[in-house]
Amino acid sequence: MNARAAETSMTEGYNFAYLDEQTKRMIRRALLKAVAVPGHQVPFASREMPLPYGWGTGGLQVTSAIIGRADTLKVIDQGSDETTNAVNIRRFFARTTGVATTTHTADATIVQTRHRIPEHPLTERQIIVYQVPMPEPLFRLEPRVTECRKLHALADYGLINVKYYEDIVQHGSIATTYDYPVLVNDRYLTSPSPIPKFDNPKMHMNPALQLFGAGRERRIYAIPPYTKVKSLDFEDHPFTVQHWDHECALCASTESFLDEMIVDDAGTRMFVCSDSDYCHGRRGDGEEA
Amino acid sequence: MYVAVKGGERAIEHSWDLLATRRRGDTALPELSVSQIREQLRLAVARVMTEGSVYDEELAALAIKQAAGDLVEAIFLLRAYRTTLPRFGYTRPVDTGAMRMERRISAAFKDIPGGQMLGGTYDYTQRLLDFALLADGDVSADAPAGPVAPMEPMPHVLSLLDKEGLIEQETPRPGAPEPGDLSREPLAFPVERSTRLQNLARADEGFLLAIGYATQRGYAHTHPFAGEIRHGEVAIELDVEELGFAVEIGDIELTECQMINQFAGSGEIAPTFTQGYGLVFGHSERKAMAMALVDRSLRAGELGETIASSTQDPEFVLYHSDNVEASGFVQHLKLPHYVDFQSELELLRRLRAAKVPVPKEQVETEEENAA
Repeated sequence: MNARAAETSMTEGYNFAYLDEQTKRMIRRALLKAVAVPGHQVPFASREMPLPYGWGTGGLQVTSAIIGRADTLKVIDQGSDETTNAVNIRRFFARTTGVATTTHTADATIVQTRHRIPEHPLTERQIIVYQVPMPEPLFRLEPRVTECRKLHALADYGLINVKYYEDIVQHGSIATTYDYPVLVNDRYLTSPSPIPKFDNPKMHMNPALQLFGAGRERRIYAIPPYTKVKSLDFEDHPFTVQHWDHECALCASTESFLDEMIVDDAGTRMFVCSDSDYCHGRRGDGEEA
Repeated sequence: MYVAVKGGERAIEHSWDLLATRRRGDTALPELSVSQIREQLRLAVARVMTEGSVYDEELAALAIKQAAGDLVEAIFLLRAYRTTLPRFGYTRPVDTGAMRMERRISAAFKDIPGGQMLGGTYDYTQRLLDFALLADGDVSADAPAGPVAPMEPMPHVLSLLDKEGLIEQETPRPGAPEPGDLSREPLAFPVERSTRLQNLARADEGFLLAIGYATQRGYAHTHPFAGEIRHGEVAIELDVEELGFAVEIGDIELTECQMINQFAGSGEIAPTFTQGYGLVFGHSERKAMAMALVDRSLRAGELGETIASSTQDPEFVLYHSDNVEASGFVQHLKLPHYVDFQSELELLRRLRAAKVPVPKEQVETEEENAA
């Protein structure tokens, strides 16, 4: 068998969705606890996956624990279904489960994502699974996990407020643009994963269940449907999201997150939607991205 | 124009083909077999088994072949396979005192009961390149003549110091919990020594070497002696419930290192020697010794020593020791970060625009003056 055939054939000798049922049960228990305590990081016995740590092993394990034969899966990275990492993860589940995959946000029952929330609003029948590199929102201020756990237990978030205050004094605004921490259900400070802060408002009162998996750091957390999610800010410096002076060069959207591309040696820029499915939908063409 | 983010699927397919071709190299040369790797690259196989946490020479050799000799990649391949294996049970603790020895040395005593036993070691080679190997010459030596008779089990050197009570003994304290299983439970702090040792046994050899080296150069307060290093085969026994007794299921090769370290004593304990411990699959004294140094360094907390350095901090050492984790996370920077980078660009432009811009003409004049 050549390299290609070996990499694309359906896997034999592995359980449905790769993980064994005992492991899935362990992950589901962690998920239940996570849903019961929104925004709280639940330790779980993360497994080695056939994908490197830091490339989505947490999201992979969460999806593997919740996916069933009737599900339809969408996988995005940077908003796009076609980046190599998204292709790779989608192929992994196609091989190990045989479930239907899609690029259309509205058709998916599970959306696994890295760094974006789709522009198309999610519904109650959908679950979004985030890949999380660093689940601890305080890690840049306090690298010790033991200390951070105490700070969360005491809801002592003074450190980060001081940091943001200093940002405002120094730069005139808070200098965090992605992985912008949120307070979930008025209690736990939580990392939204490295989505741009543009996407933070979508988390608030979202009808979909939001699950977060951090494989290398061995943590799972969740935001149940219709939960209050507040991005940190100050009364006199309210939270704002990014905006562009351009519209999408392909679909003319003025409301989506735009990626900037350099299209020639002279450094000419072009701005296009980061969410490829949204962009195609607006252009009304059926062509797959 | 939109090509940049299209065609991922096809690119990946071509990448596999290229990888397979590159791995094979020049097809005019015979292909390397897994059994050749297993027999002739046995130290690489040992490292992959230790850090991959599976004692299986054939699979480790296969992983090395598949990874084209990249040992960290091979370790990752083996770990990803290991994670799918069912867990039948836990063996009895191995008795390294009953090891069938190939090598055993102590740097603390000139002579020891059972004797020093040099065995095969690179230590006293002169590191001259052997060009006979280059010429494909078969330079295999005759098996050394000498006593091959089964030896009596040799007691550990450190147990000799025990008679005077000069060294703390490695006995489980009363009520100590069963050792955890790091591959089944996440690391949680504070962490038991048994769990720390598991982490160190799986840890990257290079990382342990550097941290252990740092403890010798003053980044910790340890003063080690190599009490004993032994390498050989031990039997693995599994309790079979239906039978009611333990059954020997095979032999594995191990390297064990017991370091002796000074301990100044504390309010309750008289000054004494303490131990650092290292144990690895196969033959790897470098890793076993480095592991023992780091183990001792991490015991600072339980011995009430001042913690003044990262090498004594379990969170720092244990969270960063695993090369599968570290390699994955470092290399994930290859993945696209367009969205985050875009967000930073936007912020930077806004911050710069907020500063009062210098008039363009003024800049030009200054440049002319400078020229």
